Amino acid sequence: MAKLRTRKHRVVLNRSVGGDVGISVMLIIMGAFMFLPMLYVILQSLKPFDELFVYPPRFYVVRPTLQNFSDLFTLMSDSWVPFSRYIFNTVLISVLGTLGNLILSSMCAYALSKINFPGRGWMFEMIIKSLMFNTTVSAITNFITMSLLGWIDTYLAIIVPAWCSTLGLFLMKQFMDSSVSDSVLESARLDGASEFYTFLHIAMPMVKPAWLTLIVYSFQGLWNSGASIYIYSEQLKTFNYAISQIISGGVARAGASAASTVLMMIVPITVFVITQSNIIETMSTSGLKD
Amino acid sequence: MPDKNTDKTTVTAEQSGGAAAAVKRAVNRSDMSRAAWTWKEMKRNKVAYALIAPFMILFFIFTVIPVVLSLLLSFTTFNMLEWPNFVFMDNYIRLFLDDDIFVIAVKNTLIFAAITGPTSYLMSFVMAWFINELTPKVRAFVTLIFYAPSISGAVYLIWATMFSGDAYGYVNGILIYLGIISTPIQFFRNETFVMPLCIVVALWTSLGTAFLSFIAGLQTVDHTLYEAGAVDGVRNRWQELWFITLPSMKPQLLFGAVMAITGSFGFGGIVTALAGFPSVNYSAWTIMHHLEDYGGQRFEVGYASAIATLLFFLMIGANLLVNKLLSKVGQ
Repeated sequence: MAKLRTRKHRVVLNRSVGGDVGISVMLIIMGAFMFLPMLYVILQSLKPFDELFVYPPRFYVVRPTLQNFSDLFTLMSDSWVPFSRYIFNTVLISVLGTLGNLILSSMCAYALSKINFPGRGWMFEMIIKSLMFNTTVSAITNFITMSLLGWIDTYLAIIVPAWCSTLGLFLMKQFMDSSVSDSVLESARLDGASEFYTFLHIAMPMVKPAWLTLIVYSFQGLWNSGASIYIYSEQLKTFNYAISQIISGGVARAGASAASTVLMMIVPITVFVITQSNIIETMSTSGLKD
Repeated sequence: MPDKNTDKTTVTAEQSGGAAAAVKRAVNRSDMSRAAWTWKEMKRNKVAYALIAPFMILFFIFTVIPVVLSLLLSFTTFNMLEWPNFVFMDNYIRLFLDDDIFVIAVKNTLIFAAITGPTSYLMSFVMAWFINELTPKVRAFVTLIFYAPSISGAVYLIWATMFSGDAYGYVNGILIYLGIISTPIQFFRNETFVMPLCIVVALWTSLGTAFLSFIAGLQTVDHTLYEAGAVDGVRNRWQELWFITLPSMKPQLLFGAVMAITGSFGFGGIVTALAGFPSVNYSAWTIMHHLEDYGGQRFEVGYASAIATLLFFLMIGANLLVNKLLSKVGQ
């Protein structure tokens, strides 16, 4: 019979103290590896100019200041294209791209999951295969497509391809498979509800975690999108691109670049903190069947 | 799981046509050919095609057709101005026999993928497994700490600051202060350091979707299985992991593998940002960089398509191979 140990009111099976200690030590080491660089960015962004260049370098900050952030805004207002334009571009691309992806993916996921039509097997198989390679492969031929469509140097070249990104669709389809019961849909259909009504008013409210996850994934990808081969005009470039320009300004801008990195990462991290439990719930059905 | 059954029925219905449909719907369909039955089913499910059409049309335009098109273009010379010239295997022959830099790129890509893929996969799983027993609030916090680097955009550039090539770089400064080195090392301009450093940074950003999927998968393992296991003589956490946890979350393990492998081929952007384009003496030059060089800068589209096609088969091949191996685990 296995050894039983209690930990905080619940019985824990098969846990040795040695193992617990070992795992804790590993967790702390890994946690430090993951967290210290993030902490370092934050501390760098709070350092006054002289502290950024002390020798030997200091990890921590002695006199924290928000000077770097105000410097950043000065740098921004000096730029040729108003900085608000970069922010507007990023927000526009992120919102429209995510919205389209959400609408198209959920319609498609519903049909793939809940309607038994000829062809759905190989279509879903193709979606899975598309998770197995990244967009580098199609970038060059897409450039030709974009030229033919006349979308080079327009927002469309960034927004429309985002609509058919497959990871969100895959996660939503898997989630629908297990959390929307066929009998509920069947009874709605018997009551005379149209397929579209069933999709919108019965299936969609039941998969809230999945569409939140899709929104977060799509949004994060677009929010972090930088320079694109399809965009030449300075006025159409993104916030992330503008920041990478500031960072490439070199040592003199060490403080401003740390400040801009902090500003950039606040948004996706906040979004994840708010939606974490929904994302984990969606991920519980993410598995591939063999 | 209702979908498992319907999925199976779809497959059999498609494979054996009328007969399987007859069984499923309890209607005699022996009078119909398979094509006629399929056509009837398609008409009956018109609305399904309307629902998938917007996504699928875009998916074809921006993902399927480009892959097929680059396969076709890879047998031609094409410069975006003149009509493509058919040259059969010339591009591939040139890649492997005449292009020394491509050979370096292949070698670096394979090294990069062979290290980052399995390591990020193991890291994702082991970390997810470690934090699985923490209380929910602590677990959510630790998850955030591990996951944050992968979603924070260009935050990995902080590694360039830490390993900056002057004495103000944190690592150089400390090493000089401690007297280990006397002059600063140009970490990202040094052939010995650039590859290992890029791999470390890539790993730092690699606890992404697979990691979340594992965390969720571990939460869904049926707890009564652990109790039953303990009664049946499972004696420590390692046996529990091997005999109960891993077999229970195989779907997540397969999905995580896809995410980790695809990711391991997608770190080109990080390398460019840290090591420059091209990296010193091509020491961290990968197939992605070669592709960008010929496709995006020299506009040798035929040649670049050959590179893209090889990269495509490399990624798909690695995924299918690993998935085949993993699906054997525990059988």
